[in-house]
Amino acid sequence: MAEEKKQEFWRWTESNWKNPDIDWKAAKFITVGIDVGSVSSQSAIMTDGQIFAYANMRTGSDSPDSARNALNYALEATDMPEDRMDYCIGTGYGRVNVPMADRSITEIACHARGANFIYGPEVRTVLDVGGQDIKAIQCDEKGKVTNFLMNDKCAAGTGRGMEVFSDLLGVSINEVGERSFKVKEEPPGVSSTCVVYAKSEATGLLRKGWTTEEVLAAYCRAMAERIYSLVERIGVIPEFAITGGMAKNRGVIDRLMPMIKLERMKIKWDTQIAGAVGAALFGYAFCQKGKGREK
Amino acid sequence: MLANYGYKDASGDFFITIDTDKCDGCGDCVAACPVNVFVVVDEDPNDPLRDEPVAMVAGDKKKKIKYECNPCKPANKPPLPCVEACKAGAISHSW
Repeated sequence: MAEEKKQEFWRWTESNWKNPDIDWKAAKFITVGIDVGSVSSQSAIMTDGQIFAYANMRTGSDSPDSARNALNYALEATDMPEDRMDYCIGTGYGRVNVPMADRSITEIACHARGANFIYGPEVRTVLDVGGQDIKAIQCDEKGKVTNFLMNDKCAAGTGRGMEVFSDLLGVSINEVGERSFKVKEEPPGVSSTCVVYAKSEATGLLRKGWTTEEVLAAYCRAMAERIYSLVERIGVIPEFAITGGMAKNRGVIDRLMPMIKLERMKIKWDTQIAGAVGAALFGYAFCQKGKGREK
Repeated sequence: MLANYGYKDASGDFFITIDTDKCDGCGDCVAACPVNVFVVVDEDPNDPLRDEPVAMVAGDKKKKIKYECNPCKPANKPPLPCVEACKAGAISHSW
């Protein structure tokens, strides 16, 4: 039988970054946040509350390993030794399984705090569409959570669903957004966002003669509607910011924003690092309060 | 903070909302609930800078509150024991 190497359409690029203008040697407190999510893991190294370096990777089957890899990848970009860090906080699904973390904080608190930092203090509503859940969070000007709602029972309308679709349709995950707009007429959304049902529905549509783009558009629309129904429950207060991997998918976000009737805020940062940045900021707050690591 | 615990699925919205600004962590809801949906924790995991204890929905219950809460929700809608037990009025149900 012919050997076939299957292309992984869902695979997105892992990245790391370092701020060249910051000298870590001059920093008083260096804090690290590690966000081990269901699909991706991030680490952020912050020097006195400024982003010094970060890394964004895929979560493996092992939480401690994923946390270790994410931290190493961020450290790789810098010349800082690991033992220089003053405090480390774990967050995300795998937060209790981060071996180097001094404590763990839920991703809800961290995402609000992180969005407050990377988007600015005007943010009042944060929508985090992650790999396996959707979180809608309202926060005040300090990034403190005032209202939150999280749907973690059902993965419908989340990043993993999009990955499954990109694989099913053979479209690279980075192109899903663009391709979904290359339709003559916007099709109605697929009737279920449940990944399993939607997948079988999409297969049926393809057999009926729909183009790949039309199926993508139908799924993106259904996801946008699903996300909107959750956001609507807690209400949207401007300014509105989106974090997590789905923020990079134009296909869903550009369909979601007209429903919310607001502009989304724009930033230069990677939207996936919000949780890790928030965790590192909490670490910095603990250090400043003198509640840091005992030496 | 309004903490919404629960989920939304194809059968409806099932959320228990705890207003943590009203909650003082007294634990009356824990005693009132026949199926131990609530727990009181010393540190609010969603608000790490808060110092007082707070009530929350137990981790193993929040994905099945539709079923756990069902015995307290007959058709004639008597007051729910948890809502009634909370003197501060911090608990509400979405369904």
